[in-house]
Amino acid sequence: MTRINKQNFTRIILSNAPIILLFISVLNEFDFNNLGLKYFSFNFTYILIFYCGLRKNMTLGYGLIFLAGLINDAITNLPMGLSSLSYLLICVSASYLKTITLRPSLIKDLIYFLVTILVVNSISYILLPVIFSIPVEYTYLLTNIFFTFSLYFVFAHLFRFYEKMTFGRFDV
Amino acid sequence: MQGSRDDFVIAIRSAFLKKETQQTFSLLGLIFFSIIILTLASFNFKIINYTKTIIRDGVYKASFIISRPEKFFKDTYFITQDHFKLYDENKKNKIELKVLNSKYLLNEFIILENNRLKSIIDDYLVISNQTIAKILIDKKSPFSRTVITNKGSKHNIKLGMVVLDDEYLIGKVVEVNFLTSRILLLSDLNSKIPVSIEPSGIQSILSGTGKDDGKIQYFKKDYIIEDNSIVYTSGSGGLFKAGIPVGKIVNGSLNKEKKVNFFSDFSQLRFVKILSYEGSKIKAEQEAELKAIKEARVKAEQVRKAEVVRLKNEEIRLKNEKEKRIKAEEEFILKNKEEKIFKELDLKYGAKCKKTFFNKLYKVGTAEYKTCVLNKGPKN
Repeated sequence: MTRINKQNFTRIILSNAPIILLFISVLNEFDFNNLGLKYFSFNFTYILIFYCGLRKNMTLGYGLIFLAGLINDAITNLPMGLSSLSYLLICVSASYLKTITLRPSLIKDLIYFLVTILVVNSISYILLPVIFSIPVEYTYLLTNIFFTFSLYFVFAHLFRFYEKMTFGRFDV
Repeated sequence: MQGSRDDFVIAIRSAFLKKETQQTFSLLGLIFFSIIILTLASFNFKIINYTKTIIRDGVYKASFIISRPEKFFKDTYFITQDHFKLYDENKKNKIELKVLNSKYLLNEFIILENNRLKSIIDDYLVISNQTIAKILIDKKSPFSRTVITNKGSKHNIKLGMVVLDDEYLIGKVVEVNFLTSRILLLSDLNSKIPVSIEPSGIQSILSGTGKDDGKIQYFKKDYIIEDNSIVYTSGSGGLFKAGIPVGKIVNGSLNKEKKVNFFSDFSQLRFVKILSYEGSKIKAEQEAELKAIKEARVKAEQVRKAEVVRLKNEEIRLKNEKEKRIKAEEEFILKNKEEKIFKELDLKYGAKCKKTFFNKLYKVGTAEYKTCVLNKGPKN
């Protein structure tokens, strides 16, 4: 009985891992800033949301994504709703790609992801100085986009591995 | 062409409106909701601000707990790094300690002298409210360099309070919640503080760069700022006390951007001091103290004068009493003497003055009889 319960608990944790990961990532950004590497930073949340938006197994609720955005805004001191908007736009983009794609491939996803984060970040970074008068450091942002894009490939493989381990198959 | 446009529209509609199995909220609805919140936030709506404060208090605590594993790895990394540097640092520190010890005594004297001089020109500020706070969250964002502490309005933290790491300035409080507060670090793009660059004494503004250092802004290009010049707060504007060490100038040659390396390492902050300096209060206190002393002096003088008067009166009273007593004694002695003479003469001449059946002299015991006896008989 205990064994079954333990198995159930592990299964619940594993099947909800993307949601847990999403909230951990917004509450405690995975950007390795503490390593002190100059300009090295990436946005793990973008990668997670985009990847989950493309998959059937790893679905994140839109409501939870919205909430995660609000939390991220509170932590990084951004105007309320900006991160939520960015995350939801990534969801739209992923959902659009999922609808139009018949034969998914990682390279195609990767290129589409680059376009998506460029567009979404552009919207955010236009809104920040224009409406909220918050100065933005563009070098930092460009490197952030570059590393986010580069690391998508690595994380996509890790997520695929997780999918195979948890759900027993890789499903789109 | 028409076909491909239709496909795009269908795909977009599908992306927005298709409610998949696990989705409770509509994507389009949430996007609109985000935009509404953003718009309200841009107008500083009160409801949004209250919601923000509530979310922040909860989120900061949660983030602190979730950050523990990362902090553990971070601390382990720095501890290991420090361990390897330990031997060299110890050697260096020993040499520095010798030099510093010799400077210490001189500094003590200078500090005392400085305090004395500042108190003369009413520029002597004291720490009025000091709180030690723990850093809960230290997020490096491209937009802001801020940290969250575990002290808020409940602990008397107020907007604009100064934040120090040991004795080095690191920033000021820019947001106060009930249990937490946000500190804007000096490295933030929005941070601008008036500074004085020593030993040349150039006044300028130190601005954050959004990275780990700062830069000197707004000063004449003709001024030459030497490398390793020390940057202190100038005290202009009244927020910061003058003379708080901030950092050191690097790359200080002419026609180059003057960068400032902060004394404190902002990535290593654990506990900070949040405090405010007040000068007017001490002045008022001093004035009150002086007034009290003055009043006490006046009162003491009045008491002294009253005492002098009392003593004088007492002296006069005693003198009078003494005189009276002496006079009484003299009278008493005189009286006794008269009495003695009278008694002696009475025996001898009493018969000559005494009234009898045969003469008309004086009755015994009367004043006339006494006079007669003293005159040694009746006068003819």
